[in-house]
Amino acid sequence: MHELSIAESVVRIASRQAEGRRVTKVQMKVGYLRQVVPSALTFGFGLLAEGTPVEGAELEMEQIPAEGRCRGCGIESRLGSFPLQCEECGGFDLEILKGEELMVESLELEEA
Amino acid sequence: MHRTAVKKVVRENVLDANDTLANANRDVFDRAGTFTINMMSSPGAGKTALLERTLERLRDQLRLGVLEGDVQTTLDADRLARFHIPLVQVNTDPGFGGECHLDANMVRSGLSELPLDDIDILIIENVGNLVCPAEFRVGEDVRVMVYSITEGEEKPLKYPLMFRSADLVLINKVDLLEHLDFDLEQFLGNLDAVNPGVKTVLTSAQTGRGVDEWCDWLGKRLEKV
Repeated sequence: MHELSIAESVVRIASRQAEGRRVTKVQMKVGYLRQVVPSALTFGFGLLAEGTPVEGAELEMEQIPAEGRCRGCGIESRLGSFPLQCEECGGFDLEILKGEELMVESLELEEA
Repeated sequence: MHRTAVKKVVRENVLDANDTLANANRDVFDRAGTFTINMMSSPGAGKTALLERTLERLRDQLRLGVLEGDVQTTLDADRLARFHIPLVQVNTDPGFGGECHLDANMVRSGLSELPLDDIDILIIENVGNLVCPAEFRVGEDVRVMVYSITEGEEKPLKYPLMFRSADLVLINKVDLLEHLDFDLEQFLGNLDAVNPGVKTVLTSAQTGRGVDEWCDWLGKRLEKV
């Protein structure tokens, strides 16, 4: 359940960034490689938001697929399931370009 | 009454707070000249048993210290007390219902009780868990994973986050190889699929196999610092 710690951090970030206003929605970007279970994160978020400016806010997660550049052939491709492998040449030596995001992207705030 | 919402772009990394503290821990370790190992595994893979073997092997050559992370109890710390080395137990229980991992702040809370200037290698024994500890840097130099062959061949594919993050995988309990159906080649293939080229050592805390090789690896990493 690292989702609980992540939720705690999301609520903390949103509360601070809200600057005294109520938060109605939190939009996140979550990379595929982060192994975050969305339902667990949503559950933790709801629980930890209670009593904060984030209480009752909707949590929206955009899942970011993994992408990488092959150090062998130089081609960038989508990385599906493990093993992470270049779609072009099948190589395993990859520079990860996307899929490790874990970010609070934006908030929706009630107008003051 | 209808209230309109305004959007505020934030773009803040969720783990920034932890990473900042991890970097602060790292500065503390570097200033003290302490090389730090984050040791991770499932519950029961043999971290503490291997740690005992490691301490037996290295205690005359290097000044060692241990930070023990557990959800509850001081059982592991009690086991290591006979070595008379600096040892601190961090229970994660006061966190939200007992955290399943150590984060940078929890490690920081234990550092004041350790004489870091007198410690060459600090081994942080993380909470037994195959997922969560991988997400939280604590300021370590290297990540060492202990994996026991009783856990089956497929775990690297199911828990890639941790296997990807390891600098070394100690494949433990190999004294049981002849009694189990465990397919070592298949496991190594799965491991290589998620963490290509990662170094592995076959170990047995029971017989002591592989302890020299693992300590040699550690020695080489120390020389590089």
